[in-house]
Amino acid sequence: MAPTEERIWQLLEEVSDPEVPVLSILDLGIVRAVRVADDAVDVTITPTYSGCPAMNVIATEIRLRLLAEGLTNLTIHNQLSPAWTTDWMSRAGREKLEAYGIAPPVDGTATGHLLNLFGEDTAVRCPVCKSEHTHLVSQFGSTACKAHYQCDDCLEPFDYFKCHS
Amino acid sequence: MSATLPETLAGIVPAAPNLLFPFVLQLADTSLILAHRLSEWCGHGPVLEQDLALANIALDLLGEARSYYQYAAELEGQGRTEDDLAYLRSAVEYRNPLLVEQPNGDFAHTVVRQFLFDNFHYHLLQALKESADAQLAAIAEKSLKEAAYHLKWSSEWVIRLGDGTAESRQRLDKAIAALWRFAGELTTPTTTETCLQRLGLVPDYAALLPAMEAHVAHVLGEATVPVPEAVFAQQGGKMGRHSEHLGYLLAELQYMQRSYPGLTW
Repeated sequence: MAPTEERIWQLLEEVSDPEVPVLSILDLGIVRAVRVADDAVDVTITPTYSGCPAMNVIATEIRLRLLAEGLTNLTIHNQLSPAWTTDWMSRAGREKLEAYGIAPPVDGTATGHLLNLFGEDTAVRCPVCKSEHTHLVSQFGSTACKAHYQCDDCLEPFDYFKCHS
Repeated sequence: MSATLPETLAGIVPAAPNLLFPFVLQLADTSLILAHRLSEWCGHGPVLEQDLALANIALDLLGEARSYYQYAAELEGQGRTEDDLAYLRSAVEYRNPLLVEQPNGDFAHTVVRQFLFDNFHYHLLQALKESADAQLAAIAEKSLKEAAYHLKWSSEWVIRLGDGTAESRQRLDKAIAALWRFAGELTTPTTTETCLQRLGLVPDYAALLPAMEAHVAHVLGEATVPVPEAVFAQQGGKMGRHSEHLGYLLAELQYMQRSYPGLTW
């Protein structure tokens, strides 16, 4: 029996990001389209960062999840444009991130003007004690999508999922 | 592949996909070689945070290189894959400019090399995302967001080193003296690039220069370092004439494929 597109979206909700397992790939906003024609399923995904090693794993996990439903006629497309942005991350995803100990992206704070060197750090709330007194340690963190912050109140170092738009 | 060319161009210039292939390969080689150089720092960075920064930048460039190699393989249409192009060509077939193959040296050398590259890369991608070639434009749109972080990082480090201690300043001065002569090649078009510029597929480099020079002037000004006078531009990499360093780099980068041809994950 041909699956419905709605069913495919439900199945994709069960595929999680291998780096941040509390997030589904739908929370992340990397699934751009699902098309079903007869028994052929076509899923279009977009990378978060060009070199993100999780993308290959995600494509494999999508394949495995759909195969488990008996869907064998599968195509997974990679689409670069329009480029992924954290604006596509769901509200639920942001809440799950914070509960997991990673500060969610603060909208509208993507890398500012080119000449804004040593500009003010984005004010990011500590996911542990919720203090706003935090500082940027490095724009580059444990993975391409995260920056490294530290809380000035509870002193906890934490990851910040940086705004990318 | 002519499908990616605007129809008007494909009709007038049937050879355009053939011209695009070496150019896309040049972009791929450039990002790959610099990514490899930066990855040599992994585990050797001056502090943990900067070790991570260098590895992150390397990873972004590697991802960008893969996009270009995949597209180049498609343009060539000879059945070669991204891996064949990255791992099974000799040094004289590589098309990266000389700057990116220069050894890491000390941290200041790596920062100056990165600053010169990032300043070009950022402005190139900004223009390339308007290319008449849809795939190049898509890759540029994606990579530009990452290149902005890179340029911010290298610009801030030039300022820290230049306006830092006597030791950091002396190292920065040495790095500038050693590497500035490699910057000119980035914006000097080859014959292929000139043809593609006329077709609207590649940005006019002369048009990028004012913004690039303004950024250099701003950053060096903040670093209290005088802008170097125009120097003779050392060139050849984009035509396959490389410095002695590339062969050693490739010996390491290509080791697995050369030892175990066809090896896959």
